[in-house]
Amino acid sequence: MALDRWIALVLLGICMAYGYAAWFTMDASLAPFMKRNPIWPSTFPKVLSVLAIITTLVILLGLEKSEPKEADIDYRRLGDYHLGQAILLLALMVAYALCLRPLGFLISTSALLVLGSFILGERKWHVMLPVALIATVAVWYLVQGVLGIYMRPLPGFLGG
Amino acid sequence: MLEGLLIGLQTAFSIQNLLMVIGGCLIGTFIGMLPGLGPMSIIAIMIPVAISMGDPSAALILLAGVYYGAIFGGSTSSILLNAPGVAGTVASSFDGYPMARQGKAGKALTVAAIASFAGGTVGALLLMIFAPALSSVALLFHSAEYFALMVVGLSAIAAFAGTGQVAKAIVMTILGLIMATVGEGALFNLPRFTMGILDLQSGFGFITLAMAMFALPEALFLVLKPKDLQGDDGAIKDLRITGAEARAIAPVIGRQSLQGFFIGVLPGAGATIASFLGYAVERNIAPKKEQDEFGKGSVKGLAAPETANNAACTGSFVPLLTLGIPGSGTTAILLGALIALNVTPGPRLMLDEPQIFWAVIMSMFIGNLILLILNLPLIPYIAKVLAVPRNYLIPFILFFTLMGAYIGQNNATELLILVGFGICATALKFADYPLAPLLIGFILGAMMENNFARSMQLYDGISFIWERPMTLGLLAIAVFLVVLPSYRARRAKAHKDGVAEGD
Repeated sequence: MALDRWIALVLLGICMAYGYAAWFTMDASLAPFMKRNPIWPSTFPKVLSVLAIITTLVILLGLEKSEPKEADIDYRRLGDYHLGQAILLLALMVAYALCLRPLGFLISTSALLVLGSFILGERKWHVMLPVALIATVAVWYLVQGVLGIYMRPLPGFLGG
Repeated sequence: MLEGLLIGLQTAFSIQNLLMVIGGCLIGTFIGMLPGLGPMSIIAIMIPVAISMGDPSAALILLAGVYYGAIFGGSTSSILLNAPGVAGTVASSFDGYPMARQGKAGKALTVAAIASFAGGTVGALLLMIFAPALSSVALLFHSAEYFALMVVGLSAIAAFAGTGQVAKAIVMTILGLIMATVGEGALFNLPRFTMGILDLQSGFGFITLAMAMFALPEALFLVLKPKDLQGDDGAIKDLRITGAEARAIAPVIGRQSLQGFFIGVLPGAGATIASFLGYAVERNIAPKKEQDEFGKGSVKGLAAPETANNAACTGSFVPLLTLGIPGSGTTAILLGALIALNVTPGPRLMLDEPQIFWAVIMSMFIGNLILLILNLPLIPYIAKVLAVPRNYLIPFILFFTLMGAYIGQNNATELLILVGFGICATALKFADYPLAPLLIGFILGAMMENNFARSMQLYDGISFIWERPMTLGLLAIAVFLVVLPSYRARRAKAHKDGVAEGD
């Protein structure tokens, strides 16, 4: 089974869960006076879930004929590409999301930029470090100083 | 009217006011490039500056410059990096980004600048002539018509349903609509599908989703399969548009300025729908050969949403100035600024303070013109963004997608959602699912449901569909827009087969 049909299967599962919530559990918490309304909070989701299940089934059962196209990246040979770099970058983004509050904006952002370039194979530290630091401080100044959106600059224990 | 124009010109052409426009355009363009900061937030930021000037005309001129600059800056990031920061520029990335990938980044930006200029200028002309008459038309549109208008907007997805992709495009649209139902709706005050997670109470953020669907998969693809961003020979070529291209986009710009303006006049419809509709309509009326170009870097496909977007932004001033009704978030903030400056927009504005009304219109003309003059020479330098070495560019793209999602919500959970959706979107891209319909469904979904619910409540059932002729008409147009492409494709195929047999 091709990847697009596997995805259709996953989507079908999601839509069934969504449809179950819309058809069977949502209306229980509806206030009595709202039941007199011609439209309920669950009306739209009910319609959507039916439509979604029908269309995912169309893909899953392969009812629609499609010509296989030459894809930009062949997912069957993912190992041939720079898969490791991509996964490391995703992990780096997750780490950034978790560190942004506790470590402060300045440290986490410069680390993200330096490590990002490092993962991609850059080894010129004398370029990487200044670029990352200047960009970080510039963006922080713009967001915090000019736009007035608060971002904690330093880790909590340094008084940030 | 001539007298009014002269009053406006007199106000606008002082040294101070010209400097205001130039400053506003530059500030707007550069801040607007950051994803996550759209025209609305930039204008909100500039309001204290504008109010402290005390002179309403100068303040409005500054804000108009910022507004147009921000719209152009937003298109820049969606064309160069496929990272649309504002819903109105999502449609510009459909064809703008493929053009940038083919090494035509400079040309794409030039087309965008010219199309925005034309859309804004024609919009201002129409505003000048039709503003009083149009205010009554805007009131004719009820929630039923708005619902129908959203359905017409959704028909833009037909453009992504290439051969054998119809079911996939529909699935992605429905998925977008489903995601729009997550969170608390305006009409029901009931959290839906949040699974008890507090961060989902207000639904998914638009910018988070836009970055996860467009920018992140693109960046990951660039990591997986290194490619030269600037095209084959690395040089940024084709800055100018050729005569043939100019002739191709001229009618598109003409049509979309009108259509975009009239959609912008309707309060609440605004630039987003105008740009999607503009894209859909232009694709449908294009000849078969050019139709296949749409989505792969068509000049027409870029010019249409850019023009419609800007014309609609201008159109949204009609209800603001003539009725005092702000039709969009941006005009609502402008309304606040006007009231703070002791000007009350409404039916009396043109009679009581004509110089303000005309100064606004003149500031639109001047803002557009200055933006064009400032940006055309800057385009080669803006396009140079793509010449940054890949090892530096990709971490910065990732950083800006994260920042865009973070600034909007100030919530670190949003970043995790972004990464999660980004991975899902990459998997969908592997399997050749079109991602744009999901975003279109998500943007239009919430508005569509609210208007549908409102008209259901007004008519106590779905009778509004056949009782209101305008609703029925709009829905018929939507059906027509979806059916026509497949009918034409079938006819073209039959024609081709016929020719083959004849040989």
